[in-house]
Amino acid sequence: MYVSPEQFMKDRADYARKGIARGRSVVVLSCREGILFVAENPSRTLHKVSEIYDRIGFAAVGKYTEFEHLRVAGIRYADLRGYAYDRSDVTARALANAYAQTLGTVFTTESKPYEVEITVAQVGTDPAADQLYRLTYDGSVTDEPGLVAMGGAAEALTAALSKGLDASAELATVLRRAVEELGRAGGRELGAGDLEVALLDRFRPRRAFSRVPVTEVEAHLTPSGGKG
Amino acid sequence: MSRELVHGPGGSSFTELLRAQAPHLLPGAAPGEPGPPGGVDLPHGTTIVALTCADGVVMAGDRRATMGNVIANRDMEKVFAADDYSVVGIAGTAGIAVELVRLLQVELEHYEKIEGTLLSLEGKANRLSAMIRGNLGNAFRGLSVLPVLAGFDLTGGTGRLFSYDLAGGCYEESAHHSIGSGAFFARGALKKLWRPALAQEEAVRTAVEALYDAADDDSGTGGPDLGRQIWPTCAVVSADGTRFVDAGTLEQVVTDLVAARRDNPGGAR
Repeated sequence: MYVSPEQFMKDRADYARKGIARGRSVVVLSCREGILFVAENPSRTLHKVSEIYDRIGFAAVGKYTEFEHLRVAGIRYADLRGYAYDRSDVTARALANAYAQTLGTVFTTESKPYEVEITVAQVGTDPAADQLYRLTYDGSVTDEPGLVAMGGAAEALTAALSKGLDASAELATVLRRAVEELGRAGGRELGAGDLEVALLDRFRPRRAFSRVPVTEVEAHLTPSGGKG
Repeated sequence: MSRELVHGPGGSSFTELLRAQAPHLLPGAAPGEPGPPGGVDLPHGTTIVALTCADGVVMAGDRRATMGNVIANRDMEKVFAADDYSVVGIAGTAGIAVELVRLLQVELEHYEKIEGTLLSLEGKANRLSAMIRGNLGNAFRGLSVLPVLAGFDLTGGTGRLFSYDLAGGCYEESAHHSIGSGAFFARGALKKLWRPALAQEEAVRTAVEALYDAADDDSGTGGPDLGRQIWPTCAVVSADGTRFVDAGTLEQVVTDLVAARRDNPGGAR
């Protein structure tokens, strides 16, 4: 049976979009301390957020096995490049391009597209120097200033979070707002145990990525407790 | 991103990845003429000492690299942090040694990132073992390297030491170990100076003194260079992680040692 190329692409895109929309959301935001990753993820071991290289982090929504493939491929790509050249030659831009090619090829040639959306972030010396690249299932790549939201409620989250938050705000403030909006989008209140939080710390030398432990997240979320 | 990176065989070893993707980047992978008998003249890293102490391990290396009877480098680093809880020191052909250390560092970090957890200390020791075994062909061409690995075992809560042979054999040492051209003299010193559960500062002093004794009798090992202010490299690994002793502290240790050895060159006590 004949299917027009337009219809063929549209079907694939719809399929991928549906898969992604089912998943819980992830937001990536610039703040004073660095780039903050906040994911709604009750699992302590199956991560949606990961370290890729010294200044580069990764976040994803969608099908776990598929973005796990991409995460590992990203680490391999970065480590190979850093070993062949120099650690300073590994950049989020190059990695985003490599991901875009892979996703684009899978979208058009494989039997089904990847049901994933990913963000590649590189922390800079100040929020203005941060780089956030958002990649969708078909390999489109966009450079987002300071904020990316992915998953089912991406649009609502972006709209809500882009209001009244600037990149020079403190981590605790940004985290509280992000959790609030994630909860609102999901229609339930989120506690520290439902979250996966990580930071690309702009002031930490070399490997900037670190996971924020649950106790610390809790302290940030409690209005009276913690540093916030 | 090539297809193999995404869909290629799994695994969390960077060395295996490099072997598949870019074998020419493996340490000492230059295609092999056997070379002239006796080998070519290349810089050699010399003496490293390592010893256990009360709360971890200490490793120190002199700073000299020699090429035949010429000093090739006066301030070379031969002790490196392999990751947050281990250090590696390497003696032998400097070019290959430095590459091997770089590979080990990426190997450990690669595993940590992919698996989301640190490799066990035995795991690290075994990975290094495989790398040294991979260098056996080079060793026959006169390009041998020999490492010593020291780390903090987070499971057992102790510092541990591993020595190697050229075939990749890995042996755990319970007290202390030394490698390189001055190793015999350093070992003699360590035998007399080492005691179980030394305090960290004492262990640092002991390591520096063993290097002093090695330099005293081995022309390949660099002695204290007060004129140029070049001190040995000294690393401490404990539950707090890997830390390099700062230059100020080392200067004090070396100055005290040189003063103590005045009129007592053998350090009799």
